[in-house]
Amino acid sequence: MSSVEPTMMPVGDAPSPATASAASDRTVSRRAALEEAVLPPLVALMLAAVVGDVLILSFGQSPGAVYRLLLDGTWGNAYGFGQVLYKATTLMFTGLAVALGLRAGLFNIGAESQLAAGGFCAALVGLILPAGIPALLCLPIYLIAAALGGGVVGAVPGVLKARFGAHEVIVTIMLNFIVLALLNYLTTTKLHVPDTLHTAEIKSGALTRLSDMSHAFQGSAANAVIVLAIIAAVAFGWFLFRTRRGFELRAVGLQPHAAEYAGVNVATVTWRALAISGAIAGIGGLNYVLGYKHYYEEGFATGAGFLGIAVALVGRSHPVGIGLAALLFATLSQGGLAVNALVPKQMVDVLQAVVIIAVATSVPEVRRLLRSARGGGER
Amino acid sequence: MIFIAFLAQTLRIAIPYLFAAAGGVMSERAGLIGLTLEGYMLGGAFFAVLASFYSHSPVIGVVAAVAGGAVLALLYALSSIRYRADQVVVGIAINLLAIGLTRFLLRLFFDSSSNSPRVGGFTVLGSGTGFGALVQNPLVWLGILVIPAVAWLLYRTPFGLRVRAVGEHPAAAASVGVPVNRVRYMAVALSGMLAGLGGAYLALDQHQFTDGMTAGRGFIALAATIFGRWDPARAGLACLLFAAAETLQIQLQGSQAIPSQFVEMIPYVLTIVALAGVVGRAVAPAALGKTAIE
Repeated sequence: MSSVEPTMMPVGDAPSPATASAASDRTVSRRAALEEAVLPPLVALMLAAVVGDVLILSFGQSPGAVYRLLLDGTWGNAYGFGQVLYKATTLMFTGLAVALGLRAGLFNIGAESQLAAGGFCAALVGLILPAGIPALLCLPIYLIAAALGGGVVGAVPGVLKARFGAHEVIVTIMLNFIVLALLNYLTTTKLHVPDTLHTAEIKSGALTRLSDMSHAFQGSAANAVIVLAIIAAVAFGWFLFRTRRGFELRAVGLQPHAAEYAGVNVATVTWRALAISGAIAGIGGLNYVLGYKHYYEEGFATGAGFLGIAVALVGRSHPVGIGLAALLFATLSQGGLAVNALVPKQMVDVLQAVVIIAVATSVPEVRRLLRSARGGGER
Repeated sequence: MIFIAFLAQTLRIAIPYLFAAAGGVMSERAGLIGLTLEGYMLGGAFFAVLASFYSHSPVIGVVAAVAGGAVLALLYALSSIRYRADQVVVGIAINLLAIGLTRFLLRLFFDSSSNSPRVGGFTVLGSGTGFGALVQNPLVWLGILVIPAVAWLLYRTPFGLRVRAVGEHPAAAASVGVPVNRVRYMAVALSGMLAGLGGAYLALDQHQFTDGMTAGRGFIALAATIFGRWDPARAGLACLLFAAAETLQIQLQGSQAIPSQFVEMIPYVLTIVALAGVVGRAVAPAALGKTAIE
């Protein structure tokens, strides 16, 4: 799985002697890392634009007009931009969740059900908490509930992998179906408001939307959970690059046998990484439940887990990259709605898939080309 | 009489699983994860309907489904073998591509976001769901035969030996002159064709394409592949088992004895149990998922 395996970032590596040549090596390798990170998404976007042209022309429209409409409807007005921010918030959480797993050499495909479980547990707590408690007071309770919901779903494949060696890819896929069926059962038979597929509204702790602060965002779902997403990204970087446990996690991801030899307990790191990954995805459920609708609804997580994989891949499992990649995929998702009058919105689903395939195929290729262009002097 | 109806419905539900699981075994034994079965099936279902709509021939529909599945499969193989992309990432993207593309083409050709117009299939409309209707459908016979055929291919032919070799130890296979990549391309293309046939059966049986009509069947086939420990015969039995559970749930629907959601979980729970090794450990082909590394 070399293409998505995290590359060791220069930040936080073991300290090396600060000689002049080491310092200049470091700037070179930092530039090289940046080139390797930026080129594949650019290639992918160009390829997606070409595929998009074909699809648009097949529908008898002008590509220029459609792309202009796509940009106008997303970054061109406050409502569209608010929707992009809202969608990017969820994708940041699922992207960070997948990326944490990748850093440990694990593939978490279960972000979708972890997101749903987190949202469900938060809504459950919201139904119990009495009305009238200020949002800031109950926020920690919601956070814990959502993190627990997603964390438990993430811990199951973690423990099965650590204890029995069951492959986490298959277990997380299968668990997606199991957990979503279970949540469907609980919602549709026990908790739903009659004639709907959602629970009753939570009584307290609903968060402010951007539209409460500025009228321009009227109608868009962007809300204060985006602050949590940014905090989560910062915490992700700090944990990975500034703590011992984060270092152990990356060591296991890069070379499990060496890590084991150096005294790292690989089994513990494995299940812990998947549990934390699940918890991050679970907290993402707050974006919908606490920030937008104020209830749990069937299917709110649909697609966000798989796009989280795309976000982690394009963002190179780095917090800054994940933020940018989340904005990219959120723009495409929202852009589909913006262009729906001219071409079917499903066009962007195709483009998202093209971006993923193009990035996945060009990362190893770009790395090879760049390294041979540099004369093979790199590791 | 009820028992006969039960068997007929089980078989009817099992046919697409049998096709796709046969494809799953082929692909995974060659070292490529069968995450993409769902996408192949969906693509196959759409192209079966598209081609039979314009040609008025279900046979041409089936040919188109096989071709559609093969194209998606070759895209998967090309990305993960030639360009060394990660199989899981590309596999998921292929599924997203199949969903997006079938929806787009549904709008383009049939101006609908939910379903295609009705097409003729192999069965005559109104002939019911019993054995009478099933025996008229050549795809049913093909679906029954596909498991022994794949077993024969894998265990009794030089090609099958090569497939198993490149899935277990590609370096060893290469050292005795097996063209590893070519064998993998062929196995994956075959898996796309087989899963495409499963999609064709599904769509022609329902006489139309509906958005997302495979509804996770590709993943159930993947579950059957793993639960059947990558062996065609066992995978086929797993398909029948999963189909029987579904039939039971449909027939019990009135009585509310078991909520349908719990029956839906059965294939997935069994697969996890098999992987965890509680009752006889399921051990995957050694090189499964590793095309990016060699």
